[in-house]
Amino acid sequence: MKAIVKEITKDQLKSDRGNFKVGDAVRVHTRVREGDKERIQIFSGIVLARRGSGIQESFTVRRISYGEGVERVFPVHSPNIEKIEVERESVVLRARMYYMRDRIGKEAMKVKEKRLAKA
Amino acid sequence: MTQIYDGDNTLVPVTVVEAGPCPVLQVKNTGKDGYNALQIGFSEQKEQRLSKAEVGHARKAKVAPVSNLKEVRFAEAPEQKAGDVLTVAHFSEGQAIDVVGCTKGKGFQGVVKRFRVSGGPASHGSMFHRRIGSIGLCQTPGHVFKNQKMPGRMGGARRTVQNLSVVKIMEDKNLIMVRGCVPGATGDLVLIRAAKKAKSK
Repeated sequence: MKAIVKEITKDQLKSDRGNFKVGDAVRVHTRVREGDKERIQIFSGIVLARRGSGIQESFTVRRISYGEGVERVFPVHSPNIEKIEVERESVVLRARMYYMRDRIGKEAMKVKEKRLAKA
Repeated sequence: MTQIYDGDNTLVPVTVVEAGPCPVLQVKNTGKDGYNALQIGFSEQKEQRLSKAEVGHARKAKVAPVSNLKEVRFAEAPEQKAGDVLTVAHFSEGQAIDVVGCTKGKGFQGVVKRFRVSGGPASHGSMFHRRIGSIGLCQTPGHVFKNQKMPGRMGGARRTVQNLSVVKIMEDKNLIMVRGCVPGATGDLVLIRAAKKAKSK
């Protein structure tokens, strides 16, 4: 049964969605339809979590907008996502960075960057 | 269950059902049997795993032996004959269907889970948590009415989900994708028919 489900969803999976991981600062380009016009909207922030597998996989992006924390959950393989840009890679010791929610002020968007960790 | 993206790029929850091919083994009619029905089979089976009667019954209709039989009643005499094969081609995308199946067994359950009785408060000194409350009156009528909701076995019963819509049909694989969920566990048998109370469009 599982094999059938896998095969059905196989052609709907996007191959270009494996490039980011938890802790990365990303820019998610989403297609927004307004009436009959379509434009690209960008949501940028830190990836807090990737969860699920296959077509049901989703990821959470958190950003601080006008002093208020905002989180958005995207399906990884959504056709409404044009592309996902990775701005900054980072070193994270957790699979889910939910501790970021408790941080305030400058700390709120601070993650150890990969290039700093190597040096 | 799984999810697929439809034409509008919306994520639709679907259940994948392997529907058919279902050979017709016997046609029942009002003259001989008192009612109109088709006896259909599903899932081919080796002869050695079936009784001689089952094998002979299939041979009479000139179809391969099957492990499951199901009778589907019709108000009027159906046009199919014994030996015909029903496939997913009988359904179309967007069609409203009913799915009949046996629900998952939940075991012996209390009234809160079984009948959605609200129960009592959890704290503040309450000593009345997940109980049922009053089950009736006093000397008049002097007995508990029938159908009083009480704890007991839940699930494992035949249930019909009405007016589900067909999202996609894959004829080469005999698969139907139904929007939403259907009764039963993964791998269970279900019956799919055209919706009885479909809203006319």
